[in-house]
Amino acid sequence: MSPAMIERLIGAFFDTVAMVGFSALIALAAGIPLAVFLVVSAPGGFVEAPRLNRAVASVINGFRATPFIVLLVALLPFTRLLTGTTIGVWAAIVPLSISATPFFARIAEVSLREVDKGLIEAAEAMGCRRRHIVRHVLLPEALPGIVGGFTITVVTMIGASAMAGAVGAGGLGDMAIRYGYQRFDTTVMIAVIVVLIALVSLVQATGDAIVRRLRNR
Amino acid sequence: MAAVSMPVAERRGAAEAVARRVSAPWTAASAAPTVSLDESQVDTGAERGDAVGTVAFEGVGKVYRSAAGEVTALEGIDLAIPAGRIFGIIGRSGAGKSSLLRTINRLEQPTAGRVLVDGQDIALLDTEGLVALRRRIGMIFQHFNLLSAKSVRDNVGLPLLVAGVPRPRIRERVDEVLDLVGLSDKHRTFPSRLSGGQKQRVGIARALVHHPEILLCDEATSALDPETTISILSLLRDINRKLGLTIVLITHEMSVIREICDDVLVLESGRIAETGPVWKVFGDPRHEATRALLSPLTRDLPEDIADRLRASPFPGSETILELRYTGVDGDPDLGQLSTALGSRVRLISAAIDRIDGHAQGRLVLGVHLPPNKAKQASCASGGHLKVLGHVAGDD
Repeated sequence: MSPAMIERLIGAFFDTVAMVGFSALIALAAGIPLAVFLVVSAPGGFVEAPRLNRAVASVINGFRATPFIVLLVALLPFTRLLTGTTIGVWAAIVPLSISATPFFARIAEVSLREVDKGLIEAAEAMGCRRRHIVRHVLLPEALPGIVGGFTITVVTMIGASAMAGAVGAGGLGDMAIRYGYQRFDTTVMIAVIVVLIALVSLVQATGDAIVRRLRNR
Repeated sequence: MAAVSMPVAERRGAAEAVARRVSAPWTAASAAPTVSLDESQVDTGAERGDAVGTVAFEGVGKVYRSAAGEVTALEGIDLAIPAGRIFGIIGRSGAGKSSLLRTINRLEQPTAGRVLVDGQDIALLDTEGLVALRRRIGMIFQHFNLLSAKSVRDNVGLPLLVAGVPRPRIRERVDEVLDLVGLSDKHRTFPSRLSGGQKQRVGIARALVHHPEILLCDEATSALDPETTISILSLLRDINRKLGLTIVLITHEMSVIREICDDVLVLESGRIAETGPVWKVFGDPRHEATRALLSPLTRDLPEDIADRLRASPFPGSETILELRYTGVDGDPDLGQLSTALGSRVRLISAAIDRIDGHAQGRLVLGVHLPPNKAKQASCASGGHLKVLGHVAGDD
């Protein structure tokens, strides 16, 4: 591999990290409230709102059913509205985070729903208000599951970011397609795959380590 | 949420009131009037009168409605639990014990009747009032329900934290209650590292942290081994004596009732089967459900006797008598008994227990006497006599 190609590879690596990193933060910030809403507004939850719950759930399902590449194109007008451009890293972050948020929200929802009902009852019995229950019971107790789910979300996003090349955002996946596949450069292809594997492994290992620490208390 | 709309100044006021309560010494908790800016939110001692910690049920009923139809969990419960007592509610699973207990802090809403805590109908409380009520009522659970993500200290301090008590005060109070339950060295430990008994002690500490006047125990010892059960029960009794708070507990084990309760209520299919002081209900159970629950504690006739038992006497037979003591007529008088029964008396089995100063249980005796003479003997000794049958004598 030429030094220029190595430089390109490093650039692509940071593009991927930036895209996935920003989008992941947005998905985290938006997904957790969404998951909490889904759990507490569900029938039997402590702020029951079945209709609103169903409405939000359908919207989430809609986004989850749409393939990312389609979402990427369909969201172009919205992306332009938000970022003023439809190409580059920022243009990729919008669809990436919009696709990751419902995915993560669903995973976090499962963890939150599995919090022992007895703990919620105990919190009510000690005079906790609803916001206290969310803050002191639901979120901390579901945290290991949420962290595990977030890890899965990030890994999925690394995969999805390969399609960001379609809006000229670059990144590792784009490089593999353009140089490795379209130019038959097997060395570049292998190098990109190795870097991707390393990146995914690092993310997974970090997530696992945090979960282990949380569970080992 | 109503809490969010509460003005900041008012919230601070309520928090200070709680803080002041927290700093009050143990014994003063029930007697001293609590300081509060808004009397509708935190009841004052004066408002409630002297008897703090009473619970009354008036025609309480609970019907669960589901797609499968209606299920009646409770029906026509009329009951008054006096302050400072240990009141046990026993029943088979599905009898409605858990629903009944949960109506006291409104974790369950009755569908009929009223529940009064210190004379106040708790169904009328708004969110603020309900939160205030729950801070006067501690609760412990069968599966402890401790937060796994928080240390022992944070678990115990949580009720104060959400009440807005300043952290140094919380620390002080948490140290105090952990000391009381005998866990002063476990502050930093997480619940997963504790044994069942220690977890329940943390649960008790958490329930006491607010100086409650009532403690609800939901099968608090059912998940514990016998030895730990005894230590937890004696802790509960100590707390009741020391702090004078009312304890309402539910259980399916008669031994728990016998160990610590003053009064007992037997619940059967959502209705009151029987209620009264423990020694009375135990000594002379009147309801089928009570007898069924007591049966693990009563021993059957020894097998070697039961096998040879015949209904009518025969030459040389020995009469097997059962003498039952309910605790009403005093202790078994052995002197009078042997005088009346003559010299050839043997004691086959005996199970006499003492509850609240009342001896009760039964003696099984083998005698060589005509039945009418035996009757006199039983009158003399204060027991209730029954001829069980006859067996061949030893000689």
